[in-house]
Amino acid sequence: MAAAFSSHLPALQVVLALLAAPLCVVLRRPGAAWMIATVITWALLAIAMVLLGRVLETGTITYALGSWPAPWGIEYRIDLANAFVLVLVTLIGSVVMPYARASIPAEIEEPRIYLFYCMYLLNLAGLLGIAITGDVFNLFVFLEISSLSSYVMISLSRDRRALVAAYRYLIMGTIGATFYIIGVGMMYQVTGTLNMVDLATLIPNLTDNRTVMVALAFLCVGLSLKLALFPLHLWLPNAYAYAPSAVSAFLASTGTKVAVYALARILFTVFGGSVLIDDFGLQELLVVLAVAAMIGGSAVAIYQSNVKRLLAYSSIAQIGYMILGLSMASVIGMTAGLVHLFNHALMKGGLFMVMGCVFFRLSSVQVEDMEGLAKRMPLTMAAFVAGGFGLIGMPLTAGFISKWHLIQAALEKGWWGAVAVILVSSLLAVIYIWRVVEAAYFKPPPKGAAEISEAPLSMLVPMWVMIGMSYYFGIDATLTLDITTGAAETLLGGIQ
Amino acid sequence: MSPEQTILLSILVPFLGAALIAFTWANPNIRETITLITGAILFYLVSSIYPVVAGGAQPSVILFEMLPGLAIAFTVEPLGMIFAAIVSFLWIITTVYSIGYMRGHDEQNQTRFYVLFAIAIGAAIGIAFAGNMLTLFVFYEVLTISTFPLVTHHGTPEAKRAGRVYLGILLTTSIAFQLVAIIWTWSLVGTLDFTQGGILNGKVGGLTATILLGLYVFGIGKAALMPFHRWLPAAMVAPTPVSALLHAVAVVKAGVFTVLKVAVYIFGVDFLFSIEASQWFLYLAAATVLIASLVAMSKDNLKARLAYSTISQLSYIILGAMLASDLGVIGGGMHIAMHAFGKITLFFCAGAYIVAAHKTEISHMHGIGRVMPLTTAAFLIGSLSIIGLPPMGGLWSKWYLALGALESGHLVIVGVLMVSSLLNVAYLLEIPFKGFFAGAEDNPEPQAHHEHDPDHDHRFDRKQPRQIKEAPLACLIAISITSAGCLILFFYPDPVYNLMRLIVAP
Amino acid sequence: MELIGLINYWIVIVLMMTGFYIVIAHDNLVKKIVGLNIFQVSVFVFYITMAKVKGGTAPILAEGITTYSNPLPHVLILTAIVVGVATTALGLALVVRIRDAYGTIEDNDFENQDGEP
Repeated sequence: MAAAFSSHLPALQVVLALLAAPLCVVLRRPGAAWMIATVITWALLAIAMVLLGRVLETGTITYALGSWPAPWGIEYRIDLANAFVLVLVTLIGSVVMPYARASIPAEIEEPRIYLFYCMYLLNLAGLLGIAITGDVFNLFVFLEISSLSSYVMISLSRDRRALVAAYRYLIMGTIGATFYIIGVGMMYQVTGTLNMVDLATLIPNLTDNRTVMVALAFLCVGLSLKLALFPLHLWLPNAYAYAPSAVSAFLASTGTKVAVYALARILFTVFGGSVLIDDFGLQELLVVLAVAAMIGGSAVAIYQSNVKRLLAYSSIAQIGYMILGLSMASVIGMTAGLVHLFNHALMKGGLFMVMGCVFFRLSSVQVEDMEGLAKRMPLTMAAFVAGGFGLIGMPLTAGFISKWHLIQAALEKGWWGAVAVILVSSLLAVIYIWRVVEAAYFKPPPKGAAEISEAPLSMLVPMWVMIGMSYYFGIDATLTLDITTGAAETLLGGIQ
Repeated sequence: MSPEQTILLSILVPFLGAALIAFTWANPNIRETITLITGAILFYLVSSIYPVVAGGAQPSVILFEMLPGLAIAFTVEPLGMIFAAIVSFLWIITTVYSIGYMRGHDEQNQTRFYVLFAIAIGAAIGIAFAGNMLTLFVFYEVLTISTFPLVTHHGTPEAKRAGRVYLGILLTTSIAFQLVAIIWTWSLVGTLDFTQGGILNGKVGGLTATILLGLYVFGIGKAALMPFHRWLPAAMVAPTPVSALLHAVAVVKAGVFTVLKVAVYIFGVDFLFSIEASQWFLYLAAATVLIASLVAMSKDNLKARLAYSTISQLSYIILGAMLASDLGVIGGGMHIAMHAFGKITLFFCAGAYIVAAHKTEISHMHGIGRVMPLTTAAFLIGSLSIIGLPPMGGLWSKWYLALGALESGHLVIVGVLMVSSLLNVAYLLEIPFKGFFAGAEDNPEPQAHHEHDPDHDHRFDRKQPRQIKEAPLACLIAISITSAGCLILFFYPDPVYNLMRLIVAP
Repeated sequence: MELIGLINYWIVIVLMMTGFYIVIAHDNLVKKIVGLNIFQVSVFVFYITMAKVKGGTAPILAEGITTYSNPLPHVLILTAIVVGVATTALGLALVVRIRDAYGTIEDNDFENQDGEP
């Protein structure tokens, strides 16, 4: 029985969340829905860790859904790259769920809370499905599952601006997904298969075929919209700023990261990495866009007075770091991009959770309203400072590890400009983190500010766990680096 | 206890002390006692490593691996030994001084002050004992962050502005230059361990070495080499104990210590000599020495004058590194010790003037030596040490720097050293001489505003004439010990000299 | 001859661009959803066109028939249609909520009411 159970773990990884979602709707009560969501997320984390362990020991796992063999059936294929993403997504979920217990009722009306948990579980299922699948169309299905549920999650906020933000995200996200599916269709037209491994044997030989090239273009644009690569990032700032804080924390740490993984999978596994990047100027294009994101995102962040929007623009810049690493198509570059995927998820998740605590007490996330907050909410603001250090890249934080590798990768490729841009954007990060820190620590509280106390323990503990993890993986990065280096080598697959 | 355990303990103790101090906010006496005990323990631990290092060994310990192939590791070699010994000894003295100063000045947030001080000292010890450039960088940044709240302690708009300059310059230089240099070195050479003879020799070409040298030297902003020196005068807005220990001893010495370590253990003295560019930095350091001295002469605010004097003196040590000669390195290392004692004495006196006499401008200090004779005599002793006259220890470091300049054929530098000594005379001796010999009636009208906490108690205000008395007892004790140190180092510089010799001739 | 034979693909392109244009050019939120639907329909037509094999019949096993059209794209399209329906439903639901909250469903009027972009 246990053996049967454990051999179907890849399927369970997705199915458990899918089954639990309607359960939340049936049960209706907020407490029960939260309990289901939390327990299922923790179970999924356990499954993801088991799968990662298996991949580390024995190599790539394949699982044929319904026992239909590939390439006719849908296959789940878990190698180091996606095992890593599975653990990341479930880990973030596991920390955000306990946090959500107190945070969500402050930001979503009570009759709708169970709907939130249902959507969260669907989103989780979608993200895990994107990561685990080995079939490009299956990826589209899960992409849309996760996207639709995230539109709903964002729109559940009491703030009416969230509705418009969700709508705009819906329009842009659907266009992106549709582009993706056009690309898939074109690839199918030429090769006759939807299985990633099968495509990987066929496509690299067809790169002079115009249909394949157009397919690549559609796929890249579609996924770039989902990962908010400049200039297709317009949906992100408002969506993250006006969504409920737990939603921002979860989405900021997982949604775009999984899209980056999907892009890496398409570019490197399906299209065979360096063949593509060397010939077609795609590398130059990605580098230029990444650099623009890094500088532009950081620069615009400085001028935001809504701190959640500030963090959103900061995310756009950090995604630029990841794409820069990816575009280098070298083992160190890919490692840097992938490890930053993980590290940034931890840091940004923690920072959005800080803002959730602030909103919980202040009902506002404007910088002006946060003046003097350090005295009234010391633990929360200390977490902000700690997370901020990570964004800047101070040693002992996870951000330092990513930055180190990124700079090393750029130096080894001789990309001096990229090195300069990385440094400039770190310094810009100092400025926007400083704005918030200065308001909280150096200014007196605004006149007539109500007496507030620290955030409740059920929110403080997960927040500090997240920040603590970002420091743990900054002090001892050997585990994350081993895994991501292995993942990078798998993705680059002998072409280096 | 083995040397390895002692090393780890020495780094841990200040941080543990900081944690303990944080809980004593209700009781100032316990707080200060814990600080003193922590300082004493630290000094005991550090001095117990001394015999091992003096015997030629370099005990080392690896803590854990941070990046694959790069660990947080500690190695105690002679230069680090000197730095750690000075920092730990002077921490105790400064704590004694701070007790007198902070209480006499009725400062706010004293617990925060002592906690951050302990953390900063811990970071300085970490820098002193660092075994590779990564470890050093980690503690370097910890030092920047932990000293920032100390600089902005008073919370006034000037303090905040100064804090911005401080953080801005130090973070920008360390992230934009030093970090790149470190990663580049790692990528080129594959190791960041401090090794006798350097790790770059034979691995990098001339142009790369030049750029690397530039990135390192400009990246070590704490050494206050022009044009990245502005943070030092800005940091004078901090309470005087902060200026004394951190900005005359710990922070700035960490900077020049790092420069020396990079010069000796990353580049290697011989390789450095073969790089053309080390000449340019030599001249830049020489220029800093002179320009800073000239600016010092124009400053009326005592702490500002001492700040620029510090910038000038730090460049002496950078000179020692860039001369790329054995004697120059010895001179630079010795100057770390000599300047520490001399400058801390001067800053202690400046603080005494503030807390006892409420005077910050030199032009207001005529005749002050008659009411504060001990303080002003100590100021004289400290000045003589900085100038480099016998019977003060400062003579020896200048002596070796001059010898080093001769050894590497830079006669101009000898001239620079002499001119700078003359400038030192001009801007330092003015204070004790006017203090003892000028009349108090020469003082211009005292200004209402002075640079400390506005809520503090003005006991002698308005109606009665100001009663100036000597500095608080705790301050005087501290001042006497450090002045005695200047004298002692003249007659007994051997410990420092012998340690430095071990570096250049193992 | 070639061009006429490819008419399906021309229609795909026309529909795709029309839909896309409507999404961008119109401010009315419902019209944007209409445009999105047209855009998605173009993809459906694309896939279905792809499935037709020259000389193939419906993909039902029968005696004597050797060439069948490809059923797989039809399956894919069914999935995509479902996704499209869900998206449309969600989009329209959002429009209803927006109308309740703002009183208008013209895209550029929201900023004026909220006072920030």
